[in-house]
Amino acid sequence: MQKIEAVIQPSKLDAVKDALVEIGVNGMTILEARGHGRQKGHTEVYRGREYSVDLLPKVKLELVVADEQVDEVVQAILTAARTGTIGDGKIFISKIDEAIRIRNDERGEIAL
Amino acid sequence: MESMRVAVVKVFLGLLLMLGVGGPLLAGQSAMAQTPAVAGQAERLSALEKQVAANTAAAASAQTAGDNGWMLVSAALVLMMSGPGLALFYGGLVRKKNVLGTMMQTFAMMAVITILWALVIYSLAFGDGNSFIGGFGNIFLHGVGSAPGVYASTVPSQTFMVYQLMFAIITPALISGAFAERMKFSAMLTFTVLWTFVVYCPMAHMVWGKGGLLNAGMGGRIPCLDFAGGTVVHITSGTSALVTAIFMGRRLGFPKEPMPPHSVVLSFIGACLLWVGWFGFNAGSALSAGTLATAAFVATHFGAAAAAVGWSAAEWLRQGKASALGAISGAVAGLVAITPAAGFVTPMSAIWIGLLAGVFCYFMVVKVKSFFGYDDSLDAFGVHGAGGTLGAILTGVFANSAVNPILGAGKPIGLLEGNGGQVLNQLIGIAIAMSISVVGTLIILFLVDKTIGLRVSEDEERDGLDLSQHGEEGYDWAH
Repeated sequence: MQKIEAVIQPSKLDAVKDALVEIGVNGMTILEARGHGRQKGHTEVYRGREYSVDLLPKVKLELVVADEQVDEVVQAILTAARTGTIGDGKIFISKIDEAIRIRNDERGEIAL
Repeated sequence: MESMRVAVVKVFLGLLLMLGVGGPLLAGQSAMAQTPAVAGQAERLSALEKQVAANTAAAASAQTAGDNGWMLVSAALVLMMSGPGLALFYGGLVRKKNVLGTMMQTFAMMAVITILWALVIYSLAFGDGNSFIGGFGNIFLHGVGSAPGVYASTVPSQTFMVYQLMFAIITPALISGAFAERMKFSAMLTFTVLWTFVVYCPMAHMVWGKGGLLNAGMGGRIPCLDFAGGTVVHITSGTSALVTAIFMGRRLGFPKEPMPPHSVVLSFIGACLLWVGWFGFNAGSALSAGTLATAAFVATHFGAAAAAVGWSAAEWLRQGKASALGAISGAVAGLVAITPAAGFVTPMSAIWIGLLAGVFCYFMVVKVKSFFGYDDSLDAFGVHGAGGTLGAILTGVFANSAVNPILGAGKPIGLLEGNGGQVLNQLIGIAIAMSISVVGTLIILFLVDKTIGLRVSEDEERDGLDLSQHGEEGYDWAH
C-alpha cells in the first residue's frame, strides 16, 4: 500500500477527481490548503499599504492505493492536473504500513 | 306716520323671529328687503374668505405632507448609513476575528445614543440655550410634538428631532475606525456617550442650534456655512479619531504584521449604501422637499463621483492599478467633503470639490499616515477629518447666493462671489470644531483609561474582539 499526496491547483480538482474515478479509485480525501513552492506569491495593495501574499490557495488530495495501482493513479493525476505553468503543484508518494476499516476491523488492502 | 308703521312692522317681525316661526327665512327676506346689494356683497366676501382660508390650509397641509414625507425618508436613509452602511464598510476593513466587534461599535450607537437623545441630548443640542449649548427645556422630549418648531416650519418638530438623531448616531460611530480592533466594548460605550455630551452637543448647537455662535441662518455672530455637518460631524469625528489613535497607540504587531482588509466585498457594499444614504444626509438637510433639496442632492452625487475618479486616478498613476477599495474610499471622501457645501454650491463646483477631495484624501491616507506612523486603523482621520476640513474651506470658496441666498437676497456668500471674509469664518468654525474635539476627546480618553481601561489585554487582542468582547465569531468555519 502506498499513500499518494497531490497538491494541485483548485481549478483542476474536478478534472483530477473524474480521472481518478474513471480508473477505479474508490476513495480519496480532499483538503483545502494554502502554500507555495517556486511560484512564490504576489503583492496586494490596500490604501497604499503593500502586503505580500506568499501562501496561495491550493487543494491537497490524499489517497491510499494498492502498490500495483500507484503508477496508473500518478499518471491520471499528472494528465488531469497539468496546465504547464508554474504553480501546478506536486505529488508525494510514501509507504503505508497498515489500513484498518473502522466499521468492521478489516485490515490491509481489503480495507482500502 | 310712515315711520311709525315701519316700527310696528319691525316689532312684529322681531316677535315672529323670537318665536322662531320661519325665523331664518324671514330674517333673510327682511335683510334683502332692506339693503339687497350690500348684503349680497358681504355674503360673497365671507364665502370668499372662507374659501381662501380653506385653500391656504389645504396648501399648507399639502406642503407639510410633501416635506414631512421627504424628511422621514431622509431620516431612514441616514440611519441606513450607520447600519448597515458604515458597519459593513468598517467591518470589511478589519481582520475577520474583529468583524462583529467592529459592527457592534456602530450598532451600539443606534441603540444607546437613541435612548440618551430622547432623555437629554436633543435638548442640549437643539433646545433654547446660549451661544454654545442648548438648555434643558426639551428633556424627555418635552414640547417636541406634532406642531412645527423653530427649525423647520413645515414638518412636525418630532420629525426634525428624529432626523437630527440619526446624525448624532453616526458621528461617534465614525470615530470607531481609529480605535478598531483594540478597544474594550465597555470603554467604547463610555467614551462615545461622554463624547456625544462633551463634543457633539456644543458643536451641533453652535452650528445648527437657534442662536448658536456659528449659525449662519439663525443669527450667529460668526456665520459659518455648514449645510449638513462638515464641522459638526466630520471634523469633530475625524479630529477625535486622530487623537484617539495616537492616545491608544498602535495595534499589536502594527505595522510589521500584515493586517489587510478581510473582505473588501463587505466594504464595497457598505460604501455603496453610504453613498445612497448620503442623499438623506445632505438633501434632507434642506429640511424640506423643495428646490434646495434638489440642489443638495445633485451636488452630493457629483461630489461623490468626482472624488471616486480623483482617488482612483491618483492611485492608478502612483501604483499602476486602480483598486476597488480606492474607488470606494474616494467616493466616501467626496461625500464627506461635499457635506458642508451641498446646499450652497452649483453642480460644477461640486465636481471641483469632489476631485480635490479625492486626491487630497488619497495623499493623507497613503502618504501622510505612513510618514507619521500613527495607526488610524481604518482612516477615520484621513477621510473624515481631512475631507471634512477641505470641504469646509472649499464651501467658503464656492458658496453661491444663486443656489442659497442664506445671507440675504443678492448678498455674495463665497470667495468666488467676492466675499473673502467667508473663508475666514469657515476657518474659525474649523478651529473651534478641532479645539473642542482635541480637548474634549483627550479628557474623556484620560478618564476612561484611568477607570475602565481603554484597551483589551494582549491576549484578548490576539483572540480578536468578537471572541473576547462578545463571546461569538463572525464566521464559523466548523459547521
